[in-house]
Amino acid sequence: MEENIVDYDFDEETLGFEEPEKAPDKPLGTGEKLSLAVLGFGILMFALQSMGMPPGGTWAGFLLVFLPVSLGTALYFYLSFKGTVPGIKHDNVYFRGITARGSLGWLVGIVFTGFYIALYWFPEYLAGGIRIVNPLSLALSGSPANNWFFYGFLYTVAVFVFGVRMFMKYRNNRYQKIRTASVMFFQLGFAFLIPNILMLFNQPEFYLSYFWPLKPEYLFPGTLSYFVNHPGGLGMFLVFWGAVMTFIATPLLTYYFGKRWYCSWVCGCGGLAETMGDPWRQLSDKSKKAWRIERWVVHSVLVFIVVTTILLWVNSATSGAVFGEASMSLKKWYGFYIGAIFSGVIGVGFYPIMGSRVWCRFGCPMAAVLGIFQRYLSRFRITTNGDQCMSCGNCSTYCEMGIDVRAYAQKGENIVRASCVGCGVCSAVCPRGVLKLENGGTFKDRFSGSDKPLGALIDSLKHV
Amino acid sequence: MRVAIIGNGVTGVAAALSVRRLQPDWEIVMISGESSFHYSRPALMYIFMGHMSYKDTKPYEDSFWRKNRIDLVRGWVSGIDAAGKKLIMHERDSISFDKLLIATGSKSNRFGWPGQDLGGVQGLYSLMDIRLLYENVKGARSAVIVGGGLIGIELAEMLHSRNIHVTFLVREESYWTNVLPAEESRMINRVILEQGIDLRLTTELKEIVGNDSGKVRGVVTSKEEFIECQIVGLTAGVSPNIALAKASGINTGRGILVDWSFRTDTPDVFAAGDCAEIITEGEGRNLIQQVWYTGKNQGKVAGEVIAGRQSVYDPGIWYNSAKFFDLEYQTYGTVSSAPVSGESSFYWEHPDHSRSIRIVTKDGAVCGINVMGLRYSHRVCESWVAEKRSLDYVLGHLGDANFDPEFYEKCEAEIIKEIRKQAA
Repeated sequence: MEENIVDYDFDEETLGFEEPEKAPDKPLGTGEKLSLAVLGFGILMFALQSMGMPPGGTWAGFLLVFLPVSLGTALYFYLSFKGTVPGIKHDNVYFRGITARGSLGWLVGIVFTGFYIALYWFPEYLAGGIRIVNPLSLALSGSPANNWFFYGFLYTVAVFVFGVRMFMKYRNNRYQKIRTASVMFFQLGFAFLIPNILMLFNQPEFYLSYFWPLKPEYLFPGTLSYFVNHPGGLGMFLVFWGAVMTFIATPLLTYYFGKRWYCSWVCGCGGLAETMGDPWRQLSDKSKKAWRIERWVVHSVLVFIVVTTILLWVNSATSGAVFGEASMSLKKWYGFYIGAIFSGVIGVGFYPIMGSRVWCRFGCPMAAVLGIFQRYLSRFRITTNGDQCMSCGNCSTYCEMGIDVRAYAQKGENIVRASCVGCGVCSAVCPRGVLKLENGGTFKDRFSGSDKPLGALIDSLKHV
Repeated sequence: MRVAIIGNGVTGVAAALSVRRLQPDWEIVMISGESSFHYSRPALMYIFMGHMSYKDTKPYEDSFWRKNRIDLVRGWVSGIDAAGKKLIMHERDSISFDKLLIATGSKSNRFGWPGQDLGGVQGLYSLMDIRLLYENVKGARSAVIVGGGLIGIELAEMLHSRNIHVTFLVREESYWTNVLPAEESRMINRVILEQGIDLRLTTELKEIVGNDSGKVRGVVTSKEEFIECQIVGLTAGVSPNIALAKASGINTGRGILVDWSFRTDTPDVFAAGDCAEIITEGEGRNLIQQVWYTGKNQGKVAGEVIAGRQSVYDPGIWYNSAKFFDLEYQTYGTVSSAPVSGESSFYWEHPDHSRSIRIVTKDGAVCGINVMGLRYSHRVCESWVAEKRSLDYVLGHLGDANFDPEFYEKCEAEIIKEIRKQAA
């Protein structure tokens, strides 16, 4: 044995591998510098106008902020990817503080979290920004902007700007491009324009792309009676739409396509995770322990909202004789802890710390329902290409839902997991072409290995 | 009963899992000086490029080993006492065994080039090599890689990601032509050049030149050209790592000599994976297989034999895959690099050179398929080769094999048209 090898005693477990030294980067191109300058100008305009400087509150002010911010950022993404050969480049993801829980990542997390806290409980701190988007709100919905309009607008801009990044990063992958176009379309049309335009015509503000239980109030008795009593036929249609989407479309579409039809193609939460959240997808916890926590928490939220809904209906049918105020306080409790803290503050605020799908994975009751259908009654599966897996772990690393994809792939088994949102990135990053998202001809032939759902369910209950 | 396994690579792990499956009560000890836990060797490059953390390259959670009662020992084996049934360890107590599997893998080839021991010269195989590369990239601006195989192109990609200019010396007239036909090889040449790698074909390393402090200053090529560099990557293939076995009196040739059930000539001592050389009685050259998949499959069978089964290794129908920067490659069955008499080769390439397929037939049956930039199903291609399907049958069912992601441009119609034209 060679002596120099015997001397090797590096402790890779505790020391790990930091960033290796790098020869100097090429200086930024003129176009990239220019696009960053444009972005900087927009941010400056935002700062000045939110402090009350003119032309804040006018169309000119609005355009002076958001044209440079969105175009500058989008152009920067476009140019920085344009110089590279098409193909997914994850170089330096684990070396950059912003994507590897470094100080920059924590800073962004704190900024996001702070924004959500202001949005939910201290909207007065957003007054400057709200004023800037006021002209757009007046034009779209006929009413002055509030914190929710400001939020919806920023959300849509983020999905679009980071959508450009997605188009560039995954430009060799048509599945990703079409999927990104889909989330952009549903965010702009269904989650932003239509609800606001409905308000312009004195109709209820309704999000056609959100259903019970993600938007639980759409099946609460109070909301339904409000819609039904709303003058004009639209209210009735909205009641009908909500019921059909929850009780018919959800099981049916999930049977044919898996939960991805919603989670990574339509849903706004998913839309933000799939665009702005993409740089942080690798931060999701892949451990079995995280999986166990996930199953308990997400299904508890589902049970909670089902119980709340039932109680509200019982209460409504009995005119409050049985539960009195209890069901109303449950509803408020849910709105505060789940709706605000979980889906907003933690869900998006923690992107740079826990990955882009914290809410979808641990909190979303819609994802729980879709997941149950996907696991037990769906044609969707990710198939493994024979024995070609070499266990590298790119699939697991870049799974935003924290699924240990490799654990299945290296055994040659199909992946049929309740939480899989079908984003397709495991397949995209696999260097050996091993994984494929598929809708099969039936739901029965999906379990190639030992991972039968009933057995797995019984196993998981043993952990109780 | 205690089974000791030297090496925690894929072969050692596959063997350990086989033994555990068949012998729930046996003791299993897996020894490695390289790492405390099994990691995926093909993922080394992703650690260095920042795609993954080291932790992400471990295929099993750390608790897995305890749960499966596989004892992990971090340390170097310095000798095998086969008669005394124990392993002599470097700076630790020796480990006794009833049965032993040697799965020590490979080591990088060094062909006695002048200057090959200078600082800054290295191969790429292990965590030790990655550590060395961390040292060698310090202050480096340019590198020369010698040897046009799979590891060379990985090392080129790794160094390129650190902004180090790479010159890639390939002895043949095109990249990896000892394995790939000219057309596929040409596609990879194009990819290498597109990345900004300085690819020098039909160029060999003549000498590595050092400076006064014993570090690389540059190389001289077979064309008498001096190329300045601070790193030299020697990636001209790997050889079985047999030093330990050989020093311990176990019968070795190029590798550790074993039969088709991975028994060495020493009782209760087995060897499998990259380090093993399977004796093929009267079948021509002995078999040495040095890729991930064969390591895994050999380990699985070796574990079964150790556990008392009468298993015999069947290499089956060859398959492999690789990725050259962004270009994926899969191969099934036998595709020769140069035309072989009695074989017909049919080839289609996309006009933009991003995708290609080659179907080779022998005696009227399809015997091999290469795809580049396309994903094809292992099971389907394997069944075509195993069942000796005709070209006509394969073309008629070509769509069944497509494993590309949804919405990808389907090329089967053009492929079928072109190949039918060639076959006519």
